[in-house]
Amino acid sequence: MLINPAQQRHNLYRNLKSKFMVGLTIAATIVALVPLFLVLGYLLSKGAASINWEFFTRMPTPVGQGGGGMANAIVGTFELVGIATVIGVPIGVGAGIYLAENRGGQLAQAIRFAADVMMGIPSIVIGIFVYAIFVKPFYGFSTLSGSIALAIIMIPLVTRTAEEMILLVPHELREAALALGVPHWRTTISVVVRTAISGIATGVILAVARVAGETAPLLFTAFGNRFWSTSLFQPISSLTVQVYTYAISPFADWQRQAWAGALVLTAIVLAMELGVRWVTRGTARVAR
Amino acid sequence: MPDKVIVRHLRASFNKVEALHDVSLNFAENRVTAIIGPSGCGKSTLVRCINRMHEVVPGASCTGDVILDGENIYAPAVDPVQVRRRIGMVFQKPTPFPTMSIEDNVAAGLKLNGITLARSDRDRLVEQSLKRAALWEEVKDRLGRPGASLSGGQQQRLCVARALAVEPEVLLMDEPCSALDPISTARIEELLLELKATYTIIIVTHNMQQAARCSDYTAFMYAGDLIEFGETRQIFTNPTRRETEDYITGRFG
Repeated sequence: MLINPAQQRHNLYRNLKSKFMVGLTIAATIVALVPLFLVLGYLLSKGAASINWEFFTRMPTPVGQGGGGMANAIVGTFELVGIATVIGVPIGVGAGIYLAENRGGQLAQAIRFAADVMMGIPSIVIGIFVYAIFVKPFYGFSTLSGSIALAIIMIPLVTRTAEEMILLVPHELREAALALGVPHWRTTISVVVRTAISGIATGVILAVARVAGETAPLLFTAFGNRFWSTSLFQPISSLTVQVYTYAISPFADWQRQAWAGALVLTAIVLAMELGVRWVTRGTARVAR
Repeated sequence: MPDKVIVRHLRASFNKVEALHDVSLNFAENRVTAIIGPSGCGKSTLVRCINRMHEVVPGASCTGDVILDGENIYAPAVDPVQVRRRIGMVFQKPTPFPTMSIEDNVAAGLKLNGITLARSDRDRLVEQSLKRAALWEEVKDRLGRPGASLSGGQQQRLCVARALAVEPEVLLMDEPCSALDPISTARIEELLLELKATYTIIIVTHNMQQAARCSDYTAFMYAGDLIEFGETRQIFTNPTRRETEDYITGRFG
């Protein structure tokens, strides 16, 4: 007899157990996704009504007047994040190259450890740090100090991603370039880093998206500004701080503006994440 | 034929463990010399010492002399980068640069060294190098495609073209066919016979038939020592050392 009844019962039991476990993982996935869609849906329902052309082009209005927009905060966010990127990316990528080139060195190990620790430091602590060493002794609250705080948050993220991406480049490529009589420095830049560039770009965009959503470090540095300012040495408005200020206010029209600001910020971050997908499309083939 | 490369008392080690014990031999100009021997016998280490690629590995060091056209490439004043431009190398795995097109791969040695050519000179160099590597006919209509889009055998010939484009005098090949199918292997072997008119070729191989088919001289290495060196026909038909005979008849290794 090929199939005995005991075996058959056992197979049935195993099948049921498998189905049950698959069901559990599907349920877990749904539970994990629910908050995401709730947040997006809630933001849209609360914020979409206040989004119009004025929101992007007009300045904030006093309480009770209605209308107005967040033009200064939107520009401020781009300026703060832009300058942070200009400061943070060269330092982060440079440090990442150093770590990848000197993997076992004592200094490299110390830097790697420091970068990992820095990633875990709460961003508000970095805000206070920049306040103490830069804001107080120099210009007071300013765009530059806000950008420095954001850059400090970016640097370890960019450093570690750049290192990981460079280490993924096959060792043979480096040797192939050296064997052509290409100097070491040129091999590193034009072959190794060049091959890893789309992965490094991904890390940079993710770091940019991360700091674009930071509020706490800006409270002590860029501070916020009710008026139009693009000066490096004056306080500047940002979407996150503006949303925070409006959201905790007791006024219904400000609260509506806060929802709209949150929606715009989320859309900007989402656009960057989609940008990452676009930058890295088809790179799986490169990393043979 | 005069000797193009002379190796004298070469010892090489990794982290103080010696992998090559006092090896001396001469490589004749415009000839193919095969280096055979079991895995780990020091074949690759020997060829990597000839263009100073050995020292690129952390912890690696070597002593002794390698003389190229009467000049010791291990003399203190010699820049290893200059040595590598005169002694090209093709590796075991094909390594086209993934971010470059076929033609950029061929011209990579010049471009990465900061040498810019006029468009027409560059095109001529690309065509000539690809022709020498017997790849031109297969890729002439898609020079702008990524180098990584080619098949494994074509990629390896692309690497040969890339090495030839910097106009070396010696070509080192470290098991260039071990990742290739028999047809691609045959193409590379034909290529060796054509290339030796212009270059001095040193090829490391695991494949004894390959050594017998396409080399003029053969060196047999075992456990970091050069056991026997001579004309290929003599090594394969009438070896003087017992170890050589055992290896080529398949009794060990």
